[in-house]
Amino acid sequence: MIDNILPVFYILAAASFILAIKWMNSPATARRGVFVGEAGMLLAVVGTLLRYEVVEYKWIVIAFLLGSAIGVPLAYLMPMTAVPQRTAISHAFGALASALIGTAEYFAHSPHGFRMAALILETLLGFLTFTASLMAFGKLQEILPTRPITYKGQNFVNLILFTLAAVIGIALIISPEQRWMFPIFMVLSLIFGVLLIIPIGGADMPTVIALLNSYAGLSASAMGFALDNKLLIIAGALDGSSGLILAIIMCKAMNRSFTNVLFGAFGQVQTKAAKTEARPVRSASAEEAAEMLDAARSVIIIPGYGMAVAQAQHKLRELFDSLSKRGIDVRFAIHPVAGRMPGHMNVLLAEADVPYDKLIEMEEINPEFPNADVALVIGANDVVNPAAKNDKSSPISGMPILEAYRARTVMIIKRGMSAGFAGIDNELYYMDHTLMLFGDAKAFVGSICKELSASK
Amino acid sequence: MRTYEFGLYVFMLAAFLGFELIRRVSPLLHTPLMSLTNAISAISVVGAILITGERDASVLTRSLGFIAVLAATINVVSGYLITDRMLKMFKKREPRK
Repeated sequence: MIDNILPVFYILAAASFILAIKWMNSPATARRGVFVGEAGMLLAVVGTLLRYEVVEYKWIVIAFLLGSAIGVPLAYLMPMTAVPQRTAISHAFGALASALIGTAEYFAHSPHGFRMAALILETLLGFLTFTASLMAFGKLQEILPTRPITYKGQNFVNLILFTLAAVIGIALIISPEQRWMFPIFMVLSLIFGVLLIIPIGGADMPTVIALLNSYAGLSASAMGFALDNKLLIIAGALDGSSGLILAIIMCKAMNRSFTNVLFGAFGQVQTKAAKTEARPVRSASAEEAAEMLDAARSVIIIPGYGMAVAQAQHKLRELFDSLSKRGIDVRFAIHPVAGRMPGHMNVLLAEADVPYDKLIEMEEINPEFPNADVALVIGANDVVNPAAKNDKSSPISGMPILEAYRARTVMIIKRGMSAGFAGIDNELYYMDHTLMLFGDAKAFVGSICKELSASK
Repeated sequence: MRTYEFGLYVFMLAAFLGFELIRRVSPLLHTPLMSLTNAISAISVVGAILITGERDASVLTRSLGFIAVLAATINVVSGYLITDRMLKMFKKREPRK
């Protein structure tokens, strides 16, 4: 009897996941989306616990309690600047879960045929996403060097390893009873995940995180095939397509292809660009900057990863307030790849209470720059580099940029004259209408604010 | 229709639906979107429960299943809570002081 009702739980759960994602399209409905997503998850879990195959509850309950005990503080104590790391580590957890379920399923039920193929795909994606996400976490947390690590023949080694994993995987699908091969397959998948991330640098993290999100989803979907569970197939497919779309958006915003991000090792161009000689720049003090901002009618602020590093978002919001109070129109221009994950800047500024209708996307804000009196760049570099438009030989050529250089005055807060992630000199710094504001982003914005309130 | 054929149809439709829905999400919310889909993909907890709760599970499968339930639960709980925490911060106008 109960087994006739249980499929309804799963169908309702699938429907609520779809609604949850649908409602994410606007901040006004997004929280409702989270709520319905939670309800869906609850239905799925209850629907599973009631199934007749599930008889042993002790370990499940312990895992629930322990997982909640870890998950709740993780969600509430995590500072917003650490969101990219948290996302990476949660991809690792998700992928690990799915890989381990695949492994357990293999040893417990020895599936064969199509189910075994799905199981191999599930464990391959699961294990490689697990180590790849841990590596991404290490790079974001700066436990590991954020610069890309490359060596000669790297792509060749990766290819060999992947081929080996694929061959053993196929052999396992053909003869699943060869159990000794499974641990080798596991280890190869794990190593491949590590090697995949080694050559990837910090600024490519938005793409990579999105891609890992997609893999984790696809792994869950493959599990759905292995266990013949439609709810898993649907939820995994939603997650997989979501990650893929975000990765495509990130790639487009850098004018690069997937293969280029994954195998291109952007950092190599540095050596070539290191020749930068000292060219004259104009610099200004906080007082001068404050005067110019005070006289402006329209200001566009361009935040980048440097703002996140310096934790300058709260000071920036003070600046936003005091300029807005003077009737100055202040907006924020957000480049799709600013920061370390998709939407990173938006979350930080929203945390600092900047109203979200002041956060403007690239396509919308670019035509506004010629009318702006001041473009204030904080911790961004490559995304405002005019070389992307003008210099065909530049490594970032063709990347869509925020056209800050078209504003009447450009101010750039920067610690020193070092090049950005791509290792390319930025033409913008040497332009006649550019003022360099040397100093720590947070401290400098703070002193501009002080000057502004003093001159009131 | 064979089961896997049916499954592939379901997968295809869900993937297309996902593409259409996510294309409409404003870039403003890409970070919360990612943490939400991550929480949703922790649906693998279903598979983990089935493995762990079996009558005659061996020590190996039960321990693997236990770790899987644990990892998935962490994702479910922290994923939804942090998404909500992020979304709460997105305000249109500042509250009057």
